[in-house]
Amino acid sequence: MMQTRVPLRHPLTSLAEQATQLVLFVGDIGILLAQAMGFVFRGRWEARETVVQMALIGAQAVPMVVITSGFTGAVLALYSAKLMLQFGVGSLAGGAVALAMARELGPVVTGVVVAARSASAIAAEIGSMKVTEQVDALRALAVPPVQYLVVPRLIACLTMLPALGMLAFIVGTFGGYAVAVPIGVSPTSYLLGIRELVETYDVFAGLLKTVVFGAIIALVGCRAGLRTEGGAAGVGQATTNSVVVAVLLIYVANFFLAYLLFGGR
Amino acid sequence: MSEQPVAQTAVRVSDVWYGVDSRWVLQGVSLEVRTGEVFAIMGPSGCGKTTLLKLIGGLLKPQRGEIWIGDTEISRLPEAKLTPVRKRVGLVFQYAALFDSLTVYDNVAFGVRRHITRREREVAEIVREKLAMVGMTGTEHLYPSQLSGGMQKRVGLARALAMNPNIVLYDEPTAGLDPIVAETIDTLIKDTTRRLQVTALVVSHDLTSVFHIADRIAMLHEGRIITCGSPEEVRADTNPVVRRFLQAGGIISNGESTMSGA
Repeated sequence: MMQTRVPLRHPLTSLAEQATQLVLFVGDIGILLAQAMGFVFRGRWEARETVVQMALIGAQAVPMVVITSGFTGAVLALYSAKLMLQFGVGSLAGGAVALAMARELGPVVTGVVVAARSASAIAAEIGSMKVTEQVDALRALAVPPVQYLVVPRLIACLTMLPALGMLAFIVGTFGGYAVAVPIGVSPTSYLLGIRELVETYDVFAGLLKTVVFGAIIALVGCRAGLRTEGGAAGVGQATTNSVVVAVLLIYVANFFLAYLLFGGR
Repeated sequence: MSEQPVAQTAVRVSDVWYGVDSRWVLQGVSLEVRTGEVFAIMGPSGCGKTTLLKLIGGLLKPQRGEIWIGDTEISRLPEAKLTPVRKRVGLVFQYAALFDSLTVYDNVAFGVRRHITRREREVAEIVREKLAMVGMTGTEHLYPSQLSGGMQKRVGLARALAMNPNIVLYDEPTAGLDPIVAETIDTLIKDTTRRLQVTALVVSHDLTSVFHIADRIAMLHEGRIITCGSPEEVRADTNPVVRRFLQAGGIISNGESTMSGA
């Protein structure tokens, strides 16, 4: 029953088609979220699978989050500390880096890193299960695929992203410290600057963003996987799509969340 | 084994239409599978056999028509309400569709743990019994990728049987297997059907296998049932499409008379 795909289409048709696909995709994600939350609230989720996914999505992402957020904080300090010292406000450097990490860069870096690692992994794994009929086998055994596949990944993302986001904030701030202090910012003024500029609200609102990013990553990956068709090529396409769409949605969501959470501050 | 009276018809498909992408795959298919028999649906690749099996297994929904499993009409049931039916219907997939991240043991235990018992000792007992039934004792700790195609199919059968279904659906059970392994799978289907008093519905294009195991046979061609009856009746059918298919499969010889049919 294999069907071969016909990739040749008029470019405009394919553009309109892609736009329609994206809208359908977002709609599907909403439905998937509702279904998954239904299982979560009825207490029907697989503990073992959830722990496995938390390790895969959360723990294994730690090195990458540390490196990317550390260097992000460092490069921020590289630009800002020198400039601030010139204008005599070197004591604000720590605060500037930490504030940027808490509100924006920590959450976004975490979201993009996990999207690249895990949205693709989720889509590829579920996608290959789909094309080898393992998803149908779940249904035939009266185990809803949403319950067995989506819920553990969603819970793992919702809990692990804030943890990684917190890590990114801390590591990024110290990455900035490692660069700012040699440039000439005194260690105490770097740390005092953080206290001066960063409020608890900034950190928690930033972590709230990562929760939304986590939902996007899990749902986009699962949706792409569950809709996979057409063998190995289909799995490849689903994997690529999942990363593209997840990163795209993270950036769009980030703007609106920033507006909502920090717009008036 | 319970001795409760059962309906004479295990599966009834009535005037089922199913289409994808503005093309009808099934065009008004009707058939009845009697309780306790091995019923085979044969036909060339792409005739809609697997689609029909998936409709009966509740994995697809027809655009028109009714599908009865025992006394339940399933074609309009939402996914959540299909659970009781699914527990009674076992599905053996063409390529086994074992969960490749789980061991043989966990594959067979998969449905048992979630629907029959949570006590691991009872689960282990069921898994042991079903694996013995399909001749796969001792493979519990292996992963599907470490098994041959024929062995995977056996485990797939064990996984389906572990839920104690009263209907088992087989999708191309012998496809891709060498003739000797295919024969052992045939024997297995026949034996388990008799021993467990279940109903078997087999979809296949392997005619040797079909005529070896089936009590009754239907042929699906271009989305329609073009013949249905006992192996003798089908063999004697005068429909030229049926005859050509049976000749190609080596069931009847080219010279055999077409006048003996009913």
